[in-house]
Amino acid sequence: MDCQLDIFFLEAILNGLLLAGLLALLALGLNLVFGVIDVVWICYAEVVMVGMYGINHAYKAGAPFLLAALIGIVLVAIAGAVLHLLVIRPVLDTPPINQLLVTGGVLFFLQAAATMGFGIDFRNLGIRLGSVSFFDMNFAMARIITFGVALAAMLALWLFLRRTYLGTAIRAIAQDRQIMPLMGVDSRRLYLVTSAIGGALAGLAAALMVLQYDIYPQIGLQFGPLIFMICVLGGLGNMIGGFIAAFIISQFIAVGSSCFHTEWGYAVAFLFFMLAIFIRPQGLFGGKG
Amino acid sequence: MKLRRFGLAPILGPILGPILGLAAVAALPLVVRVLFPGSEKYYLHLLIQILLWSFIYTAWSLMGRFGLTSLGHGAFTGIGAYTVVLLWNYLGLTPWLGIPLGMVLATLVGLLVGYPCFRLRITGHYFALLTLALTEFVRLCIVGLRDYTGGSLGTQPSRYGDGISLYAVQFEPDRVLAYYIAFALWLFGLYVWLRVDRSMDRYALDAASQDEDAAASVGIDVTREKLKITALSAGMSALGGAAFAQYQMYIGPDTIAGLGLSLNIVFAVISGGVGVLLGPTVGAVFTQVLAEGLRVVIQGSATLKSLLGSSALSLDQLIYGLLLILFIIYMPKGILGTLLAWWQRRAG
Repeated sequence: MDCQLDIFFLEAILNGLLLAGLLALLALGLNLVFGVIDVVWICYAEVVMVGMYGINHAYKAGAPFLLAALIGIVLVAIAGAVLHLLVIRPVLDTPPINQLLVTGGVLFFLQAAATMGFGIDFRNLGIRLGSVSFFDMNFAMARIITFGVALAAMLALWLFLRRTYLGTAIRAIAQDRQIMPLMGVDSRRLYLVTSAIGGALAGLAAALMVLQYDIYPQIGLQFGPLIFMICVLGGLGNMIGGFIAAFIISQFIAVGSSCFHTEWGYAVAFLFFMLAIFIRPQGLFGGKG
Repeated sequence: MKLRRFGLAPILGPILGPILGLAAVAALPLVVRVLFPGSEKYYLHLLIQILLWSFIYTAWSLMGRFGLTSLGHGAFTGIGAYTVVLLWNYLGLTPWLGIPLGMVLATLVGLLVGYPCFRLRITGHYFALLTLALTEFVRLCIVGLRDYTGGSLGTQPSRYGDGISLYAVQFEPDRVLAYYIAFALWLFGLYVWLRVDRSMDRYALDAASQDEDAAASVGIDVTREKLKITALSAGMSALGGAAFAQYQMYIGPDTIAGLGLSLNIVFAVISGGVGVLLGPTVGAVFTQVLAEGLRVVIQGSATLKSLLGSSALSLDQLIYGLLLILFIIYMPKGILGTLLAWWQRRAG
């Protein structure tokens, strides 16, 4: 398979752009938690998986898709808050790496729980949204919707952080963890709210992912590393940066996959990530070092 | 501590204890033969697994104890295993050369990634995530080179003669021999750990892990020290990976490389205890016994078996995950670290 600058190449690039929307949305929630609480949920993709199973079950039980999606979002928002309360809060004052590792335990737990509860087979909602043809190129409708929703979610989060009191408080605590409690802000509550919002964003991503991907217990391992890369590459807590990083990474994947084998697209993306961090450790778009 | 009463503890304790302990571990195949004559192979297999993993865990803990939490060791074990097997299968190169080559390659990769990391002071989360990317990169390369590596299905070193050969470093059919090879590796791992523990580098790295600026200001070349320990740890992990390939006679991208393996290494060490000599070994015993014990209990009980069905296979992972969370929250020193701290408090 050689690479030619033909219509298929353009299709690959545009599909990469659409994939970027989903990856950016996935990174958004993690970025928020990462930026505000300074904790990496290494189990983030598994939290998304919880949402996917939730939506799958609600939908199979007869709920219309939008209701099922809503149930999924609420479920994962609660899961995010519970994760923070039970697992993160007890280790907040220990070395940062402990916080990353403790969520690794959650990763094992959720993966095993999914395997035990739902088996290892692939599940699918069976919703077919068709595709849009444009010149000679085909684009799955689900991907276009995902892209649109991801943009809308980013805008909504941005407005929330800029325009509301709660959002301002969250931004403030991300800037200085020590000072804010002295100003009479209840940082424990803010962390809890942030975790719930991070969870809700993961739930939203789950709702879009069930339209495109099969659900299986190992799905987290497929997406997790990509999401971390995008967060770090975009610069911690920088949401625009996260979106651009998602765009770069997904182009590597889409173009690499169309020219060579899928793995090489991913491999080059990881290689690029490492090189980029060596050149700019604070992330491509990170403000502070 | 009865020895204390005779005033012999300071002399006998540090010498007699380890000697007795080592003799006991060396005599384990005999114990197995006497106690479980019917299932000798199975129990030896379990012990070999524990020793080989202990070696890899010990290699990781060389770095891990200084706050260099690497999720990249799945890459090093993978490089070690695949280098040896591919050189053997395609070029007929004996593992006596393949293993050192794999170790050198892994060390080079470790240095290549380590150097910019340490120069730029990438630590904590960032170091973990960067090394995670390295692991994924190596795993994807293994899968991508499927014409040689067998892709995600894995591959086998081709068997030489009857499977026992010095030239091909194959010993799998003779479990007792395999046990003593694993035992020797394990001892080597402990020896390296002790050498590091008693070196000046250890103090330098301890200082650097607590405050890099302060360490640098008293003249410690932090980057150099970190690179030294990374090279050692990566090379040993590659050796462990190669030993695994030669014993299992099978390698797959998820069994000897990849993120799952990296996480397993980190967590086993943490559950055992990261700053103590036998912590990684205790972690290996703990994880293996947990997995096997649960398997045996479930297989043995008809009720549990019918209740859980095939999902029983994941029960150990579920409990493991849960225990990890509890360990990190309530027992960050791990099993052995906590026991030792408790023992010291009691002793005075």
